[in-house]
Amino acid sequence: MSERWFLLKRNLAEFWRVFRRNRMGKIGAFLLATSVLMAIFAPALTPYEPTETIRDANGRGLTFAPPSEHGPLGTDDAGRDVWTQLAYGSRISLMVGFVAGFLSMAIGSLLGILAGYFGGWIDTLLMRVTDVLLVIPDIPLMLILVATFRRLEVGISPTVILIMVIGLLYWTSTARLIRSQVLSIKERQFVARARAIGAGHWHIIRKHIIPQVMPLIVANTVLIVSTAILTESGLSFLGLGDPTQPSWGTMLNFAFARNAISNSAWWFYLPPGLAIVWVTLGCVLLGNVLEEILNPRLTSHHLESEANMVARTSSRPAESGVSGK
Amino acid sequence: MTTGRQRLIMEKRMDHTDTPLLSVRHLSTNFVSPDRTVAHALEDVSFDVHTGETLGLVGESGCGKTTTMLSLMRLLPAAGRIVSGEVFFDGVDLLSLSEHQVRRYRWKEMAMVFQSAMNALNPVRTVGDQIGEAILLHGLMDRKAADKRVEELLDLVGIVKARKNQYPHQYSGGMRQRAMIAMALACKPRLLFADEPTTALDVMIQAQVLELLKTIQKELGLAVVLVTHDLGVVAEICDSVVIMYGGKVAEYGSSDQIYNSPQHPYTQRLLEAFPDLNRPGDTLASIPGYPPRLNALPPGCRFEPRCHRRIDICATIPPKLIDVTTKDEGGGRRDEDLPSQRSGEGSSFIPHPSSFIGRHIAACHLCPGPEVGD
Repeated sequence: MSERWFLLKRNLAEFWRVFRRNRMGKIGAFLLATSVLMAIFAPALTPYEPTETIRDANGRGLTFAPPSEHGPLGTDDAGRDVWTQLAYGSRISLMVGFVAGFLSMAIGSLLGILAGYFGGWIDTLLMRVTDVLLVIPDIPLMLILVATFRRLEVGISPTVILIMVIGLLYWTSTARLIRSQVLSIKERQFVARARAIGAGHWHIIRKHIIPQVMPLIVANTVLIVSTAILTESGLSFLGLGDPTQPSWGTMLNFAFARNAISNSAWWFYLPPGLAIVWVTLGCVLLGNVLEEILNPRLTSHHLESEANMVARTSSRPAESGVSGK
Repeated sequence: MTTGRQRLIMEKRMDHTDTPLLSVRHLSTNFVSPDRTVAHALEDVSFDVHTGETLGLVGESGCGKTTTMLSLMRLLPAAGRIVSGEVFFDGVDLLSLSEHQVRRYRWKEMAMVFQSAMNALNPVRTVGDQIGEAILLHGLMDRKAADKRVEELLDLVGIVKARKNQYPHQYSGGMRQRAMIAMALACKPRLLFADEPTTALDVMIQAQVLELLKTIQKELGLAVVLVTHDLGVVAEICDSVVIMYGGKVAEYGSSDQIYNSPQHPYTQRLLEAFPDLNRPGDTLASIPGYPPRLNALPPGCRFEPRCHRRIDICATIPPKLIDVTTKDEGGGRRDEDLPSQRSGEGSSFIPHPSSFIGRHIAACHLCPGPEVGD
């Protein structure tokens, strides 16, 4: 037990050691971490409520107030604090992005592994489904699905509908990616060796296939999260978000609908746009770096071995001459 | 339900002095390609392996050495079909078992050292983890005991224990191959297949790995089937040799018989193609042409197109297995080459009629002698 704990600690330390050296990875992690922190501590970052109208000394709503007049980022057309909306909006954007991203990653990985490993009719069926889904343009399909769900009035909140639609539609590229990787892995000799050991399908998938595709899954999850955030923003901008819980996309929608641009209220439309860029850039940078790091073949070389693993005194005849490796 | 053959084998188990651990009879394997053409990868392959014996499976590339081994482990790729034959392991016909039953034999009874260790190790899992994998999979020990066993095994093959937490790429080539041997020994198998264990290694490391195999076999009393195309390796560690050509057994006998009185023209040529230290000036012989394509085999002897001693009959009629044992050969092998016979009542030993012990067999029209029966 203690040894496993030690190993885990050593692996984490090793991960951190490599990660620290990578500037792009650090930038990505910083961008993502700040937005997550913003989402968690939103109420502590602002004294206002996102729907609260800021009033001036005469009790009149402070509409389109520039940052110089009010707060860090001014107010919108209804006199609401933009900074507050931005902070609270990060909660919706990130939640939809992460949950939908993980959902689509889970579905895509599972189907990709099954299709790649078992082949045959499972493969054919799954790949034809992904073919169909891949050729339908995403955004129009999602628009129709979200609109339909909302017309049905099934009592699911618009945010949950967004999550489900994004999550259930974005697994196709992942499934293809994982499938192609599994196809090549299952032909490798260590899978044959696992079969020679007497392993069954479940064991081979769990112990040999999944560890091999895990770096791909992890890295791709981060990338899919960024896509999900972008898609959520797009759909919300088109008016499919929840107006009572504005995300960054919804804020852009408001800004567009209330003529922020012609009022030259840049503080209204620039912050949410930049926030979206901030998070997605963070995800993309981090995703690329994670894939590189999580692949053990790319991290260390056998000549870097620790000193205590090199020297060996033994009388065994087979040993002579190789000990210096 | 017992066939005559099984009964025979079971009777043979009674006199445990000469029961082969592995007995392969008339094994034939085909590969069916997607366009339905059939390649006869193996035809009528028979041999015996006894406990404590090392059998060399020798031949050119594509002659069916690896296919033989994969057939015995029932690990053929999807296109491969075993069409006929019997493989008895300790009296049980492996070919009649279900996939589920045969899984219990794999590694626990027969393990395998793969050709290229780098590919046979999963690059993203530690070596120790993979050595212990089979132990845990077969539920032989708990995790703690398995961990201990992994350390013992690494020690046995001369690798520092601390290296069990390293990944394969942190090992050198020779260490990987030794780790593969450790892995093969994890479940204490009785039979070890070694598929060209030294091919990818340089001569120094080759010698170490072979030495290790030899030592371990002596210590643990294993039966070993060594697949190789290196006749030097065979001469060094094998008790008996099967020379394969085009998916068939060309010649089968003890190392002594094969090296000192080769009967099949192919074996003779192979040995001539091997440098002789006593005659340094000699030019090495080479065999013109290529091994036959397995989906377009010659109708007669498979070696006929390349044979330097062919006669008319060779082109039309495939040769049968001929017993070419001479009197002094028959005696010699029994006493010297069977380790199980070295100790104890070696003198009371009588070879079973269907056993291959002491017999020298060649598939060639030129060889005089009685045909080998069942």
